[in-house]
Amino acid sequence: MNDIAPIKDQAARDAAARAADYEHGWSSDIEQEYGPKGLSEDTVRYISAKKDEPEWMLDWRLKAYRHWLTMPTPDWAKLNIPPIDYQAAYYWAAPKTKPKLGSLDEVDPEILRVYAKLGIPLEEQKVLAGVEGARKIAVDAVFDSVSVATTFRKELEAAGVIFRSISEAIREYPDQVRKWLGKVVPMADNYFSALNCAVFSDGTFVYIPEGVRCPMELSTYFRINAENTGQFERTLIVADKGSYVSYLEGCTAPMRDENQLHAAVVELVAMDDAEIKYSTVQNWYPGDAEGKGGIYNFVTKRALCQGKRSKVSWTQVETGSAITWKYPSCVLNGEDSVGEFYSVAVTNNHQQADTGTKMIHNARGTRSTIISKGISAGHSNNTYRGLVRIGAAAEGSRNFTQCDSLLLGADCGAHTVPYIEVRNPSAQIEHEATTSKISDDQMFYAQARGLGMEEAVALIVNGFAKEVLQQLPMEFAVEAQKLLGISLEGSVG
Amino acid sequence: MLQIHNLSAAVADKPILNDLTLTINAGEIHAIMGPNGAGKSTLGYVLGGRPGYEVTGGSVAFNGQDLLALAPHERAAAGLFLGFQYPVEIPGVSFVQFLRESLNAQRRARGEEPLSGGAFLKLAREQAALLRLDMEMLKRPVNVGFSGGEKKRAEMVQMGILDPRLAILDETDSGLDIDALRICGEGINAIMRKPDKAVLLITHYQRLLDYVKPDFVHVLAGGKIIRSGGADLALELEEHGYEPAL
Ligand SMILES: Nc1ncnc2c1ncn2[C@@H]1O[C@H](COP(=O)(O)OP(=O)(O)OP(=O)(O)O)[C@@H](O)[C@H]1O
Ligand SMILES: [Mg+2]
Repeated sequence: MNDIAPIKDQAARDAAARAADYEHGWSSDIEQEYGPKGLSEDTVRYISAKKDEPEWMLDWRLKAYRHWLTMPTPDWAKLNIPPIDYQAAYYWAAPKTKPKLGSLDEVDPEILRVYAKLGIPLEEQKVLAGVEGARKIAVDAVFDSVSVATTFRKELEAAGVIFRSISEAIREYPDQVRKWLGKVVPMADNYFSALNCAVFSDGTFVYIPEGVRCPMELSTYFRINAENTGQFERTLIVADKGSYVSYLEGCTAPMRDENQLHAAVVELVAMDDAEIKYSTVQNWYPGDAEGKGGIYNFVTKRALCQGKRSKVSWTQVETGSAITWKYPSCVLNGEDSVGEFYSVAVTNNHQQADTGTKMIHNARGTRSTIISKGISAGHSNNTYRGLVRIGAAAEGSRNFTQCDSLLLGADCGAHTVPYIEVRNPSAQIEHEATTSKISDDQMFYAQARGLGMEEAVALIVNGFAKEVLQQLPMEFAVEAQKLLGISLEGSVG
Repeated sequence: MLQIHNLSAAVADKPILNDLTLTINAGEIHAIMGPNGAGKSTLGYVLGGRPGYEVTGGSVAFNGQDLLALAPHERAAAGLFLGFQYPVEIPGVSFVQFLRESLNAQRRARGEEPLSGGAFLKLAREQAALLRLDMEMLKRPVNVGFSGGEKKRAEMVQMGILDPRLAILDETDSGLDIDALRICGEGINAIMRKPDKAVLLITHYQRLLDYVKPDFVHVLAGGKIIRSGGADLALELEEHGYEPAL
């Protein structure tokens, strides 16, 4: 049923069981081609040239780069971010034998092997041979910087859906891309979004035409493979009037000693009556038990609910990364539009997560729901930071926020930082927050029934996160449940 | 099946059990009665391996194994079941999921094949029917929103599903209505009254013993067994209270 679950791979599972080491902590021997080291206008030009980009794209990148130079590095209260040496990283890494797109036979077998180890169903027959009634998933795999294969393209094309790597889309659908690129998350929005604009390597573009229900779930697996390469994806999804799409983003990265920067930008646009469901399971390398290594995950995700009655749902399960800084947001511009944010964030050992959402109500009758479940263990810190802003025009708008924190052990921290701004008195806002611990009673009860300590923790934590997990498509929910258990291994006892 | 020899235990440095000795053979049903605070639940917890219940002396053999050397979940896999006086709520986790994972964890520990989803549901349905508990209730989160009596009935369903060799049932009868008392009593007999099984019933009243006839009745007071007898002892206690025994 669940071909995409990385932990299904027996070898990987055994490795995880052995030492609670990071499960995907291996790197493969694919030849890499690197761009120039360090960040400069030349780096930006190199990337743009490598990708055969049109002039307007290069200009856009350079403008972003020049702006980025003027910006101060962000300083977040709850996050302790060691300085990043931008000149020590590579901004371009591509498999040297660049395979032809679209045909799986021509993809480097080593790459396929890597994905097989992750359990990604790149081979179409694998998915098709799934359990009866299993939904089909189209996978656009990003191997470091270049998208190497796209599946199910034909079926999607028949439905009029465009599902392309963003580099291809810039060449093939320049008008559609240009119309929205940087419109949801402006170039100068923040330090990392500006950096992304300048050096983004690849990503995904999706367009769902008017009235179309996307015939399958779309999925992109990101995987950071090369040493010292920051990864800067760019995702743009446009759902035209009355359309629907569910998009899954899964991420794993192999173990590396040096920290790696990940600064993606995701932009979503929903027109009248359109709905976008965006699900993320993030299990990048969190660093070792002493806090050495791990991914810096500084992602800007924002949705524009532009149309009337449009709806965007963000669901995220964040278990990885050394530092996570991420606020998937909804700008509710359309009347009666709906924004939802469902989040589970797990931190263990020395991980730091500062995550939440922004719900910006700009039109009448807009509604938003925020359900955040933070789980902290070890010496980690887990912060929910959320903004609910009701604009003057947002007559009769409503928000419901629930933030629950679960603590495992005495050395971890959970913080809830809600910001509420209301400029229209007819708005209704509800905020609930709880902090709890797994009780000794619950632990003993589960153990007395036969569950080991870690099985008991995994079960109780999954129960705590259930409201969020049940928002995930089934294939992801199973994977996410197992991930919660794995990421908390060694946190009790 | 169970040999408790001179068992002493403390909670938060406070001695609760004192040189307690008790032997339970396969095929027997024992009842333990005794005043509030005597240490009855403590005995159950110590046998179950609850952290914080420190064994300060003595030994416990369970089917020849050193019970006290096992972790709580290993004791469960070895066939020990604890029916809780106050069953615990686990929000967001259904009874079905909880019990299936528990049973399969036990089976794996014993080197048996895990039960498939279908086979487990069939088993759960049978056991729920035996205790006349609506199967729908097992789809709800563990004990959340269950009435006191429903929780106790669900404990017995759990026992039926896990099929232990020794069940320690701590005040299973408290909170049960008249019909539920009979149903649970009959359930205990159906599940546990077998030549290779045994039960230790902790109770305050004769009413449960009307349905589950004990072979032995013990009085626990001051952390040890101060009197043992047959089924008649319970009737005698019911009539005269603990005072004469103490
Ligand atoms: N955590 C604790 N700290 C201190 N004393 C405790 C603790 N837990 C139990 N006790 C004490 O241990 C004694 C025995 O308690 P236990 O629950 O075993 O009694 P019981 O015989 O089951 O009583 P009842 O019939 O009321 O259920 C009581 O005096 C109780 O207050
Ligand atoms: Mg008691």
